Amino acid sequence: MDGIHDLGGKQGYGKVRYTLNATAFHNAWEMRVNSLYAFAVRSGIFNMDEYRHAIERMEPAHYLTASYYERSLTSLATLCVEKGVLTREELESRAKGAFPLASASAAGRSNSPTRERFKPGERVRVKLDFVPGHIRLPAYVRGKVGVVVGESPAYPFPDAHAHGIHSEDEPTYDVRFQAQDLWPNGCDPALVHVGIFQSYLERAS
Amino acid sequence: MPDQDRVVFRTASVEERVDAIQAALDAKGLKASEAVDELSHKAQEEWIPRNGARIVARAWVDPEFRRRLLANGREAALEMGFPMPKHHRHLVVLENAPKIQNVICCTLCSCTAFTLIGLPPDWYKDLQYRSRVVRESRTVLKELGLDLAPDVEVRVWDTTADTRYMVLPERPANTEGMSEDELAALVTRDSLIGVARL
Repeated sequence: MDGIHDLGGKQGYGKVRYTLNATAFHNAWEMRVNSLYAFAVRSGIFNMDEYRHAIERMEPAHYLTASYYERSLTSLATLCVEKGVLTREELESRAKGAFPLASASAAGRSNSPTRERFKPGERVRVKLDFVPGHIRLPAYVRGKVGVVVGESPAYPFPDAHAHGIHSEDEPTYDVRFQAQDLWPNGCDPALVHVGIFQSYLERAS
Repeated sequence: MPDQDRVVFRTASVEERVDAIQAALDAKGLKASEAVDELSHKAQEEWIPRNGARIVARAWVDPEFRRRLLANGREAALEMGFPMPKHHRHLVVLENAPKIQNVICCTLCSCTAFTLIGLPPDWYKDLQYRSRVVRESRTVLKELGLDLAPDVEVRVWDTTADTRYMVLPERPANTEGMSEDELAALVTRDSLIGVARL
């Protein structure tokens, strides 16, 4: 889905709020959330792709105003309710107030029927895939051509794995793009590398 | 049940919501609170940048280890006693050079080699870094205090799959004769992310 989470290249967010020796956590509850979602993954309540997708399904206004760990909490709660582990009523009764959850999921998909193996140095194009469900691809490379610089072991295919659909594991390719090709005359010169699943790629001439 | 049927007058605070879900999971007999204690300990004591720093120091003093690290980061990290989670199946170590600066990010969420670099700092997960570092890399690095010469090539790595990345910074000048432990103490978390040089 072309969701609010897909931030790469978006403008208007302002300066990075950088501090030296910045910490991961600022409150005890944040560490509890981080541990609870990891516990739920370890317990098999949901997988990492489902977890990411439930964050992406948050209402955009909620996503943008929630802190990082509130987004994590919202995904955890959404999936516990969707999987039938807990009910929203139980959560809201215990919390003594509304417990915002993410919006419902749309359809996922399995691997592309046309997958090719690529070698380092080969040119590839990112397919023009527009899907309603989960996709682990930043939109800023869609339709763009780059060069393969690495191949990973096979991973579960996110578009299926986030939706309980059967699929084959497939490798990802580290693909090198020129920033100028991604944002012509609108970027700093750089090489931008993106880890891209095999199903999202086709050979470029 | 449709939303409009729920009789709810206020949104619970985030802490109330965390308390609620933890208690609800405990009430199901899932032992969530025990896991919180265990995993919070790991987050604070085991998943720390010191791990990545020790790997870097080893690579500086041992050319054979450096070769193995660049060929297969996950195996080399394991060799030093730093296992990565099952779903991080691949670690690519990115070698800096005088004219090359690598920097990592995750534009879609917050993915990091957290068992080696530590759980990512707040700014890494913020909307600002995620939106801008791929498009305005040099500008962002300068804002963060890393003012690169124009002939230094910036290589950004967006962690959009389950491959994890870690930057191998250059060994600072005038460190000949330092022990591996002393060298490791020089390596900062931000240099492993690539927003700082040593």
